Amino acid sequence: MILIIAIGIALMLIGFWGALIRKNMIRIVLSIGIAETGLQLLMIGVGYLKGRTAPILDSAVPFSQALQRVVDPVPQALVLTAIVIGVAVNALMLTFIIRLYEKKKTLTISDYRDLKW
Amino acid sequence: MIKRAIALFLVLFFGYVFTTLLLNWHPWTELIGVARYYVSHELTELGATNLVTAIVVTYRGLDTLGEVTVLFLAATGVSVLLRRTTITLPSPGPKRQSSEILHTATRLLTPFIVMFGAYIFINGHLTPGGGFQGGAVIASAVLLLFLTNPHQALNHRILKTIESLSGATYVLVGILGLFLAGGFLDNRILPLGEPGRILSAGAIPIIYTCIGLKVGTELANILENLRGPATSPVLEENEGRAQ
Amino acid sequence: MIAWFIGVLGIAMIVGALAAVHLKQTVPAIIAAGIVSLFASVLYLLLAAPDVAMTEAAIGAGLSTVIFLYAVYKTRSGESEK
Repeated sequence: MILIIAIGIALMLIGFWGALIRKNMIRIVLSIGIAETGLQLLMIGVGYLKGRTAPILDSAVPFSQALQRVVDPVPQALVLTAIVIGVAVNALMLTFIIRLYEKKKTLTISDYRDLKW
Repeated sequence: MIKRAIALFLVLFFGYVFTTLLLNWHPWTELIGVARYYVSHELTELGATNLVTAIVVTYRGLDTLGEVTVLFLAATGVSVLLRRTTITLPSPGPKRQSSEILHTATRLLTPFIVMFGAYIFINGHLTPGGGFQGGAVIASAVLLLFLTNPHQALNHRILKTIESLSGATYVLVGILGLFLAGGFLDNRILPLGEPGRILSAGAIPIIYTCIGLKVGTELANILENLRGPATSPVLEENEGRAQ
Repeated sequence: MIAWFIGVLGIAMIVGALAAVHLKQTVPAIIAAGIVSLFASVLYLLLAAPDVAMTEAAIGAGLSTVIFLYAVYKTRSGESEK
């Protein structure tokens, strides 16, 4: 579905833009989270087949007709994984930010020049 | 401003790349490749009515084991980094305790939310849902406790036991599959049963229950560490008042 | 009909994402990002992906927002966005 993929791409670009122009580290992580949402939406959009239903077999979708009736389940499984990993990685990034803040009492990323030379 | 211009240029470049990809992309009209195999063979091979669960737990089981490991490592990283936190919050002043209605409602609702989470992951092979969703629902029950009483303490021994037992069971079921069935994390170590029953699809309900408990305890652990240690100035103050 | 609904949801999500990136203060931006996640979960439901919708609603809109708010609470002593 083209429309969904376009929305996903727009969200990804907005997220990249935010991660590049923001100075506050929490806002950078937030922008990366929005880019993640866009990517997940894009993957689901790629797996969607027009006019089909959810990949769950029951009386409405018997096994014999499943090939003609359900959408692609593989991207859904991948996105399921990606969402959970995403929140764990966000929590880890925010933890690093909290520790850095304890050291220098600032959230602005350009104040951390220790590794620059 | 030059930085902003470079950022704009980069974003426009990415936008150009994605737009070209999108314009040359033709939507599929058929299931192809591995998805076709999964959909046409799943029910007779594995016996789960939810195809996504079958893929997550069995066909891509090793992937999920790796994911649970990543989640575990992230939770460990959060606890290690925040364990000896010396943060001094800008003295928020005497906190108002949350109201009686909120407390009672939380105490009433929490067991039901946990039960709903358990329902989601036990029925993962039949209906939408599964270990990750159920674990997240259990973690949101813990979150409700924290929001009502910011100094709520969790019993770490129970959390640790549940977490490590479910992780060990997950790996053990996987290794059993190596000996009793076709390979690592094969679900056919138990009889497949009749599709649609709760006791069907071999080992999928066991594995998803383990994943649900593990994800729930780990997310609860992340939330507790980010909230901070359970010091209880409000409670002490109240005790002082009571005396 | 459903294409209309998807279009409206998409516009709302893009506006929410722009707000999350461009708002001056951090806490409203976090709420805007949570709203983007919530709309994304509705969109997953329309796209025949109920499993993903449940995950996104519970984790993306719920836990993730609260984790960000905790981080802001722990780093809040007098830092404003420049």
